[in-house]
Amino acid sequence: MSAETFEFTGEFLAEAERNIAKYPYERRQSAVLALLFQAQEQNHEGGHYVTEAAMRKIAEMLDMPYIRVMEVASFFTMVNLKPVGLFHVQLCGTTPCMLRGAEALMEAVAEKFGIGHGQTTEDGMFTLTEVECLGACCNAPMVQINDDYYEDLTPETLISVMETLKGGGEAKIGSQIGRVTSEPEGGPLTLTTGPAPQTADAPNAPSMTSGGGN
Amino acid sequence: MLLEDKDRIFTNLYGYHPWNLEGARARGDWDNTKALIELGREKIVEEMKASGLRGRGGAGFPTGMKWSFMPKATSPDRPSYLVVNADESEPGTCKDREIMRNDPHKLIEGCLLACVGMGAVAAYIYIRGEYRLEYRVLEAAVKEAYEAGLIGKNACKSGYDCDVYIHHGAGAYICGEETALLESLEGKKGQPRLKPPFPAMAGLYGCPTTVNNVESIAVAPTILRRGAAWFSSFGRENNAGTKVFCISGHVNKPCNVEEALSIPMKELLEKQCGGVRGGWDNLLAVIPGGSSVPLLPKDICDDVLMDFDALKEHKSGLGTAAVIVMDKSTDIIKAIARLSYFYKHESCGQCTPCREGTGWMWRVMERLVRGEAEEAEIDMLIEVSKQIEGHTICALGDAAAWPVQGLVRHFRDEIVARIRNRKSVSMSGTSGPGQQVAAE
Repeated sequence: MSAETFEFTGEFLAEAERNIAKYPYERRQSAVLALLFQAQEQNHEGGHYVTEAAMRKIAEMLDMPYIRVMEVASFFTMVNLKPVGLFHVQLCGTTPCMLRGAEALMEAVAEKFGIGHGQTTEDGMFTLTEVECLGACCNAPMVQINDDYYEDLTPETLISVMETLKGGGEAKIGSQIGRVTSEPEGGPLTLTTGPAPQTADAPNAPSMTSGGGN
Repeated sequence: MLLEDKDRIFTNLYGYHPWNLEGARARGDWDNTKALIELGREKIVEEMKASGLRGRGGAGFPTGMKWSFMPKATSPDRPSYLVVNADESEPGTCKDREIMRNDPHKLIEGCLLACVGMGAVAAYIYIRGEYRLEYRVLEAAVKEAYEAGLIGKNACKSGYDCDVYIHHGAGAYICGEETALLESLEGKKGQPRLKPPFPAMAGLYGCPTTVNNVESIAVAPTILRRGAAWFSSFGRENNAGTKVFCISGHVNKPCNVEEALSIPMKELLEKQCGGVRGGWDNLLAVIPGGSSVPLLPKDICDDVLMDFDALKEHKSGLGTAAVIVMDKSTDIIKAIARLSYFYKHESCGQCTPCREGTGWMWRVMERLVRGEAEEAEIDMLIEVSKQIEGHTICALGDAAAWPVQGLVRHFRDEIVARIRNRKSVSMSGTSGPGQQVAAE
């Protein structure tokens, strides 16, 4: 995608329009974050960042000054204003993750891939960013890589996940030690009775994304 | 005594069953919601007040009372809104995530009933941007609810119209502050507003708005079904109900678990989380309610109850009920210094005391970690923290000050020892046994 021009296309356009429709028409500026996000997604191959052209397009679509779009874009950490690697490894470094070994994860990535906070590998595969609490503290330490959370990590399992992704494979998302979500390791101690027993022989256990019927 | 499964609200907390409508119905959600809507606005608010539910997002304000602040009469050009705060980002907190990805219909049904309770036409759920999976689940659950006629026009065939929309943020802690959240929801950068006016008078788009935490809204349908008396039978007076606790850090089995409020902290950690790593006597300190609240040393943890009033008595707080456990291997100064970095990083920069003060506190804290300071700086640090606390538009300034104050209150000796150690080492010019102590 050229950095000079920008148009939403395909699924990204549809998603942008669906988001604009969530707000009263005269309040459509509310959709600015959603549109920035879609612009970034659409530019995934190009570095997963928002270009000036994209911000100008969003300003036009939402009838707001460009500088207001820029102001929002630069305020939020999830909006990238510079290219990042194909896989953006966002490693939580806040205290709950630190207590369970986040620093060792940072060191392992530095040793294996030669990148520290804010750096990208030479092949453009990985960018490492130390981020603040990602809200998965009962499964610490953890990282987010693009959309997905990888939890209950050790230096070894994190490197293994990253190598799998680098090789084009699919890494298992969520807990790396077999937990379904945030139940105690080894299985739930509560909710073992009642309308939906959370036990290993539960009818649909275990699948993190088990949504059924959609 | 531990809570019994039959009294747990979040029966799919761990996601062992499908989150979808069929699964939710099997667990009792959306069961004759029409009858609950027909209780009417006043009865719903009355019941919520009687339940004693206090907001689950940190501040602990009575939910029913908050709903009652919404204006009785509204005009079409100035409708009332419910905004659900799903921007879960208080370090240690990860409960709303489980509600949204495993029990989203409890939240959506709660939105509908809360809208009825406050005369609102729509609910916006503001979810943190990083929760991609949870966003997708919520969007799909909302779609299911629309298709089944549960929300939207004539919701549940009750004659009430109510829309539910999902809005995502993009990684700013400050957007968990209700007026910053509203700014962001309006498409601006997330900087808090001065109050008054309070959101109930002028909130989203200048219209009457109530902002509630995910858990506060998601428990509402069960409270209305089982009755205020059932809910208030748990916990001590003024600390009613059940609560999802998030226990992280140095326990053998970190987890989310729903328990009755006022459960002793020791029982919570020992029975539900496999105990403290290395046993109870290996406990150093606990941050009992998310990163913003002051830590408690072990001797207080021995018998403190997990509720609003008990923790407040010890100059801490229940906050979000995110319990961060630290055993004796923890460098407690470093653990709190990392939180100071967090607040420096997340300060929105609008108020000078917070913008400048959080950075200043973090830099001093980093030196205290290494012992590179004068003992007089400890009091100076507290003095500066008091200059931040209470002098900013929002509570982020307070939240940055409290962990540091808690550290000095309970671990001043540790800080002093480290400074003296450092001095004795640099005086002797060699690395002696003193460094060993400093590294502990």
